[in-house]
Amino acid sequence: MSMIKLIAKNSFRHTLRVILTIVGISIAVLAFGLLRTVVTAWSAGVAASSPNRLVTRQAVSFIFTLPYAYKDKIAAIPGIDQVSYFNWFAGTYIDKNQFFARVACDPETLFKVYPEYQLSSNEKAKFMSERNACILGIETAKRYNVKIGDIMNIDGDIYPGKWQFVVRGIYTPRTKSDDATQMFFHWNYLNERMKSDYPNRADEIGWYVIKIKDAAASATISQRIDNLFKNSRAETKSETEGQFQQGFVASSGAIIGAINIMSYLIIGIILLVLCNTMIMTARERTREYAVLKTLGFTGKHLFTFIAGEALIISCIGALIGLSSLIPIVQGFESVLPKGWFPVFNIENSTYVMAGSSALLVGIIASIVPIYRALNTRIVDGLRFNG
Amino acid sequence: MVYDLTDNLMNIPLYYIWKNFLARKLTTGITITGIALVVFVFAAVLMMADGIQQTLSSTGSNDNVVITRKSSSGEITSIIDRATADLISTMPMIQKDETGKPLLTSDAVTIINAPKKDGGGLSNLAVRGVSENALKIRNKITIISGRMFTFGARELIVGKAIEERFSNIAIGNTIKFAGDNWVIVGIMDAEKSGFESELWCDASQLIQAFNRVDYSTLTFRISDNANIEQLKALFAGDKRLNQYEPENERKYFEKQSEAMRLFIQILGITITIIFSVGAMIGAMITMYAAVANRTTEIGTLRALGFQRMSILIAFLVESLITAFIGGFIGIGLASILQFYSISTLNFGSFSELSFSFALTSNVIQGALTFTGIMGFIGGFLPAVKASRMSILAALR
Repeated sequence: MSMIKLIAKNSFRHTLRVILTIVGISIAVLAFGLLRTVVTAWSAGVAASSPNRLVTRQAVSFIFTLPYAYKDKIAAIPGIDQVSYFNWFAGTYIDKNQFFARVACDPETLFKVYPEYQLSSNEKAKFMSERNACILGIETAKRYNVKIGDIMNIDGDIYPGKWQFVVRGIYTPRTKSDDATQMFFHWNYLNERMKSDYPNRADEIGWYVIKIKDAAASATISQRIDNLFKNSRAETKSETEGQFQQGFVASSGAIIGAINIMSYLIIGIILLVLCNTMIMTARERTREYAVLKTLGFTGKHLFTFIAGEALIISCIGALIGLSSLIPIVQGFESVLPKGWFPVFNIENSTYVMAGSSALLVGIIASIVPIYRALNTRIVDGLRFNG
Repeated sequence: MVYDLTDNLMNIPLYYIWKNFLARKLTTGITITGIALVVFVFAAVLMMADGIQQTLSSTGSNDNVVITRKSSSGEITSIIDRATADLISTMPMIQKDETGKPLLTSDAVTIINAPKKDGGGLSNLAVRGVSENALKIRNKITIISGRMFTFGARELIVGKAIEERFSNIAIGNTIKFAGDNWVIVGIMDAEKSGFESELWCDASQLIQAFNRVDYSTLTFRISDNANIEQLKALFAGDKRLNQYEPENERKYFEKQSEAMRLFIQILGITITIIFSVGAMIGAMITMYAAVANRTTEIGTLRALGFQRMSILIAFLVESLITAFIGGFIGIGLASILQFYSISTLNFGSFSELSFSFALTSNVIQGALTFTGIMGFIGGFLPAVKASRMSILAALR
């Protein structure tokens, strides 16, 4: 009991230095948490994907389309529950800097393959019955202050022309990691206009999303779909939703890798700050340690004193850092261009990693001072002069 | 008391500062390492942002003009139909080559998937179909091995950066897309610009193969007596052309890098602010300890006649020297990064772009300023503390 008291008293003997060290550690923990959050946000799409969903797209690249006629052929494969289809619409809303996904969908199957997008049955019915209706994720609706009944004017790029949609619903995500920024509208609306304006671009699908009954069969079913259209004009590539999302993340892998390396360098920096403090502290107390040894305290005791002090400092620093992480992450998100990350949350793993590395750092930082304290002869220690 | 600064500068115990470094090797070493790491990360982030920008802005040329559809967000979403392309190609503002043909290329840009070498799965590659005058307009491009593709044949030349990163990409290999096999016949160097991350072929072959009819963009060399503002006004005033937009080619590609650069910069600035506070604290801890440990010495110096100001400057100089040693080590480490190039998905074109870390003078200046600020702030308060000690108290 009295040892703990001594450790605690010792920790705050040099108030200014300890406060500075704690601030230093908490800042580093903060930076670490922020970088980890960026890394996890980047792959949020992978994390939110369902193993029960397959994505089938054109084999050459997702910018090419597939025939609408594939739908029934895919649906006939056993093990498939639901086939839904989408077209990437893009276009310009207000100006070119407003990013959020604008997608043509099949309203009938949308909610069957994506149960995580929640819409009241009233709004759902209105959305389905009106040809030029659209729904928005709640984040996007809030961002542009759009209400039900408002008109969305969009300048088409992939599908040229002026487009108007009426907002008939605002969907909410089931969990924080689901994307609540997208806009969905009727594929039929798009297709009718293509039929009259660009007949050679009618009845084309961007990608199919297929809900399968058993996730374990995903590889076999993907293979069967791709075999079905082998050697046709539009060959397909099917994979699980997770693999599909991973493809996008992998393209930016180098930058994510660099951010990752930085986050570990930060741990190194925390270590240096704490090491420095502990070495200085122990150096100043060389004489005290000699006195303690003379009084009969053993190496084990000295170890407890030094490591305990380092751990107290690193844990307080980590706690302060982690508790200020939430406002900093929010602030960071607010300066980023909107829509860059549909999902930007602090993952639990980030807290765990930051906390455990602070503990580890506390232990490592006490190695040198403990070694020195143990290896100083009592006589030399007593003679020591700052 | 009035201090004469020059007199005081003469009185700084420089030899004493140097001896102190040697006396506390470990703590000083740790502080230097810490600052070096901070400066390294700071410089690396800036180098990444500058690298992306350099690559894309060197892709375009100030003498060229790109025409795209107004609402398009990049080359692949831009569509220019044949009639409009013909109309634009007869404009008098376009320079002519020696045979009287306009220096213009109608590009068709698309994306294909290809497997990467490092086992990173498939990635997007931009395929650019160009017209016969393309190399005259984009004169940074040289074929470094193999030969130029033949117009009218399904052949490709590939950028140097792609050859290094993707498997199956080598002269003589074929790539299958759009229901046909395309033979790689040459490797191009484009002075590290974005074109090095592309595959080039004959635009009309590409359009036919993909069953398209329209081009994506037009690029031409603007004649000496015309300028971009005139062109913009002309396009805006013409009913047939007001859906399209002319832009300086260099600016066009620069804009494509904007989103990525902005992201890296915001990340960089946030991290840097956080880091610099951390590093200043590190320097401050070291300097406070240095002052506390040397109380008697400071008292002795004062008793020997050194002025308060000299003591203050001495400690400040010590802190600055520590910071700059760390800073130079950090910049030195970061400069090694120049030899690496990495790639990322460019959101402007939705295809992979390879770029190198660029150690520009801006980066060096930024890193040195940052180092100076860290050393100064980290050392100032402790130095003040040292200089305000009374001789009597210190000597006791």
